[in-house]
Amino acid sequence: MLQELAAVDTHPLAETAARFVGLLPLLPLAGFLVNGALSLASSYKRGPADPSAAGAHDGTAAEQVAAHGSDHDAVARHPYAAITSVVGTLMPALSFALAIAIFLAMVSAGDFSTPYVRSYFDWMVTGDLQIRWAFQLDQLSMVMVLVITGVGTLIHIFSIGYMRDDPGYPRFFAYLNLFVAFMLVLVLGASYPVMFVGWEGVGLCSYLLIGYWYNVKSNADAGLKAFIVNRIGDVGFLMAMFMIFANLHTLDITAVNAAAPSLGFNSALVTTICLFLFMGCVGKSAQLPLYVWLPDAMAGPTPVSALIHAATMVTAGVYLIARSSALFVMSPAACITVAVVGTLTALFAATIGLKQWDIKKVLAYSTISQLGYMFMGVGVGAYAAGMFHLITHAFFKALLFLGSGSVIFAMHRAYHHTGNHDDAQDMRNMGGLRKYMPWTFALMWIATLAIAGVPPFSGFFSKDGILGAVFERAQHGTLAEATWLGMPGSAVLYALYGLGLLTALLTAIYMTRLMLYTFHGPNRTGEAERAQLREAPWSMTGPLVVLGVLSAVGGWLDLPATLPLGPVGLLDKWLEPVVGAATATAAGVVGEGVTSTEYVLIAVAVAIAVLGIVIALVRLRPAALLPKRDALPEHGIEKLLENKYYIDELYDDAIVTPLVSGSRNILWKGIDRGIIDSFFVNGSAALSRGVGWVGSQFQSGETGAYAWAIAIGALAVLGAFTFR
Amino acid sequence: MRDFLTQLSYDAWVLPALLLIPLAGALLLLVTGSLSSDDGTLEAAPSARVIALVTFVLEFVVSMGLWWSYDPAGARWQATFDHWWIIPWNARLSMGIDGISLMMVLLTTVIMPLAVLGSWTSIRTKVRSYYALMLVLTTGMLGVFVARDMLFFYLMWEIMLIPMYFIIGIWGGERRVYASIKFFIYTTAGSLLMLVGIIYLWTVSPVPAMGLPASFDYDRLLSIAHTHRAALWLFGAFFLAFAVKTPMFPFHTWLPDAHVEAPTAGSVILASLMLKMGTYGFLRFAIPLFPTAAMTPWVRTTVLSLAVIGIIYGALVAMVQPDFKKLVAYSSVSHLGFVVLGIFALTQQSVQGAMMVMINHGISTGALFLLIGMLYERRHTRLIASYGGIARVVPLFSALLVIVSFSSIGLPATNGFVGEFLVLLGSFKTHPFFTLFATTAVIYAAAYLLWGIQGIVFNPLDKKENEHITDLNARELTIMGVLVVAIFWIGIYPQPILRRMESSSAYFVHSVEQGQADTRTASREVR
Repeated sequence: MLQELAAVDTHPLAETAARFVGLLPLLPLAGFLVNGALSLASSYKRGPADPSAAGAHDGTAAEQVAAHGSDHDAVARHPYAAITSVVGTLMPALSFALAIAIFLAMVSAGDFSTPYVRSYFDWMVTGDLQIRWAFQLDQLSMVMVLVITGVGTLIHIFSIGYMRDDPGYPRFFAYLNLFVAFMLVLVLGASYPVMFVGWEGVGLCSYLLIGYWYNVKSNADAGLKAFIVNRIGDVGFLMAMFMIFANLHTLDITAVNAAAPSLGFNSALVTTICLFLFMGCVGKSAQLPLYVWLPDAMAGPTPVSALIHAATMVTAGVYLIARSSALFVMSPAACITVAVVGTLTALFAATIGLKQWDIKKVLAYSTISQLGYMFMGVGVGAYAAGMFHLITHAFFKALLFLGSGSVIFAMHRAYHHTGNHDDAQDMRNMGGLRKYMPWTFALMWIATLAIAGVPPFSGFFSKDGILGAVFERAQHGTLAEATWLGMPGSAVLYALYGLGLLTALLTAIYMTRLMLYTFHGPNRTGEAERAQLREAPWSMTGPLVVLGVLSAVGGWLDLPATLPLGPVGLLDKWLEPVVGAATATAAGVVGEGVTSTEYVLIAVAVAIAVLGIVIALVRLRPAALLPKRDALPEHGIEKLLENKYYIDELYDDAIVTPLVSGSRNILWKGIDRGIIDSFFVNGSAALSRGVGWVGSQFQSGETGAYAWAIAIGALAVLGAFTFR
Repeated sequence: MRDFLTQLSYDAWVLPALLLIPLAGALLLLVTGSLSSDDGTLEAAPSARVIALVTFVLEFVVSMGLWWSYDPAGARWQATFDHWWIIPWNARLSMGIDGISLMMVLLTTVIMPLAVLGSWTSIRTKVRSYYALMLVLTTGMLGVFVARDMLFFYLMWEIMLIPMYFIIGIWGGERRVYASIKFFIYTTAGSLLMLVGIIYLWTVSPVPAMGLPASFDYDRLLSIAHTHRAALWLFGAFFLAFAVKTPMFPFHTWLPDAHVEAPTAGSVILASLMLKMGTYGFLRFAIPLFPTAAMTPWVRTTVLSLAVIGIIYGALVAMVQPDFKKLVAYSSVSHLGFVVLGIFALTQQSVQGAMMVMINHGISTGALFLLIGMLYERRHTRLIASYGGIARVVPLFSALLVIVSFSSIGLPATNGFVGEFLVLLGSFKTHPFFTLFATTAVIYAAAYLLWGIQGIVFNPLDKKENEHITDLNARELTIMGVLVVAIFWIGIYPQPILRRMESSSAYFVHSVEQGQADTRTASREVR
């Protein structure tokens, strides 16, 4: 303990702003408490002292309902809207400011290879178990903190406008603040259990925010689904922790990573631990086969989709693997599994994205697909590349979601104005919006080019980093030499590279499709509504502009050596102290210098992206599209894609329904009520009643019968003694 | 604080005082009842609940000294008290606490005032008898937790049953008579075998060589070495009594009926405190007295299987309950399964975790029953389907229901997580496969509770009667305030509690392992 303290004191960050690392999550937590209190204070009406006696009809609650109206039909601004807006956005903004201060301190501290750990107090200490509330700052968590607080603050600002007339305004900001707090705990946690606090905490916020408009059943259902599917993954996370503790006797991340080699290279043990950890990632980051909650999560308000279900929470799985890189590189089998699942998810989700009509659903499947790319990266041990894509994706996907939020906001307002009840999120009801929303139009094209991988936008560099790494790992390194399910690792990785390119093509197609149907062609909104379509206020467009700039130039964070348009490999060098060793282990011998193959790979990637866009532009006819209510049903493979391969229906029929009806009919009504209760419990009661009845027959009160019984009994006893 | 308590010679009198204070309160209620000629309705005897509350608050204040006076590094038994009782049998009023008893005593004295507040307006007939029974019940429960004499323990164990029988049978719901009789017979049937076991222990306890007569003294009985066969039978007798009480699958079917029919406070006491008697019995008696039997591989595997079946089975059956109270009742089967798993897995973390789950289940499930009672008082139905969307009408109630539910689900940073995590983490070391199955319960737990609360507080507000439900009043907020503070305190800083229980659980683990090892060497020598 003393040694630990001494180490902290001599750490280069000890006397800097990093001391206040605990404030990073505490500030938004304070925001949550204030906004939560405001929300309850504004809606709470004290109940009667004697609820049993009081007539239930005192009217106050009813009046309150009348005043609030339905959640979805905005009435008036919330009385505490002003203070909520200030507190709700200031707290994450202050966190962001502190994060920048810490970042600058880190930059000036130069290279340091041990993380700065600040330990607060004991959490669970018993026997050999030592879990403390401790936060850990290193280059990896710093990157995440900057993304979370930076993008988070922008989305909070956007929400002021977007949620303006919502009756639950303080509640929304309370949840959003709580989310930021938990997300920071997740990335700062110095041990797996503390990380797990954030991990499940963000799940809670996700649950609350997906079901934010809780009076609509489908929203509440979507929240429930998200939480439960996430918990399936969490079983894996928990099991991984148990296995780690049983074998290494610690759960501190640094200690576990240091001790990872003792588990044995490619041992069944380390592979099992990694696969359990990955199970947690599959749930949280919506990969096959647990991705089903994320599309439904779009039921939440759009800023939530941008912050939680695109930029931050869903990337936690990628972060977890990067965090545990020393464990994962011990198991090539687990690494290849991660990459394979990531690639298949990327491809699978991209195909569904081709045929969705709800603008947010397209983006949801796109998110699943892009997360797949990130897992491809961290799977092959290219941790910096995976993290790079995580960052650029946070920029362009947040931009796409907020842009779609602006579109929905405009559509909703137009529909509201004319009393139209059409679907404000269906692209078939949009079209030609570029005339009415030029800023959103331009910014969303930037994001589209970024995600499609067109240079020089950010997504091009990060996606190319991942695909390049997969290609390189296929040539040499521990993964190429390993076998996976009997197949040579090298062949598997080449296949993944090919599928990754195919996904890139599909990405360019579905994103161009989204832009074409939303902003180009004729407008399908309707005559009266058209007059009401206009750009959102600047508080909403402002954050979009910032994200647009970041999406455009984000690539400069980590330029490849092949394209030295500025300082090369900044992020690579920054993350080197954390993931450098693991990356080197996975990569094996690295050839020096730039080869011509790499230029070929880049050329192919660019060609694919451009090809995708061209295909979409040539093949799709926005002019021929019919509004949703006039649309004809799809057939064949298009119907299959539109219905998402019927996976939800499959899960319902194969798992949920049998489980529920089995629990009801077999376990409860069959075993519990039938066998145990009716047969054994009440049966034994009936049996004792029966025995009692038989016994009572002997007590007839007839002396003659008693005399006979005594005589026979005496004879029997005598006989028994005689014939013994 | 400790000096102040020493000045009062607190340790010398605290345990008998804790047993006598409730009895005095009950006596006061009975005397006032016999002096007055009214019918005992709430309107006629409003002072009864005040007397009960004051007694329980006094009890709580007196008991809180134990928190400071108990020294985790001190003797195994503290605050001991010993007085002659039945001289011919050498049975004594012998009491004391260790870390396990300490937390159970404090849990009881915290929950009981809240249970009175929870009954404040909902119990309206025969109020004096009601509160008197609650007071007597408290003496019984505390007696079980502090007894160091097996006959005294058994007396207290049975005393506890009778008030609960009446509380369910008189103030319960429609099927209260069936439920109360089922409760009584089920638990008595289990206990009688245990009585036989206790008497047997008494007969083999004398040590003529040292001139020691037969005794019910717990520590004396601990040191008796039984033959394996005798130990198995004795363990079986004790196990049955405690398994019914816990309740373990398949001895649990009295619980849903008793819970659903009991008045709110009855459910709270049953779930928060009385179920813990079973697992406390495992920790204190069934395993330490007969370690060789309890740790026999087939016995251990059987118990662990029943525990894990209970965890999953309870959760799955809870998932399909239309009645929210029944849902919570079945969830208790699941939670108590974790306790049994932790105890029988026998590692430091799993046993500490089991004790944490005992406390946490007391807090969270007690809070759930109180909340559902508050709702029942307003709408007179517990069916999930008769609610929906009431978060808009009763925001504070809904916020509390969500918080308490997530603590029961075991969200990290709430109390529920600490207990379950320690149980599973510790159990994995000795029984990885059982742990794997038990861990899947985190999915079902989320499913049944979130499904339940969604049906109540979320979804469309589509029933007219629900539009006029009133939110919580100050009294109800006080109750929930205490519990919510406990939820987060234990979730974030459980260390003071863990520290107080650590040496006792270490002693438990060590002595059971030792007992096993001793007989193993002994049997080898015989061979």
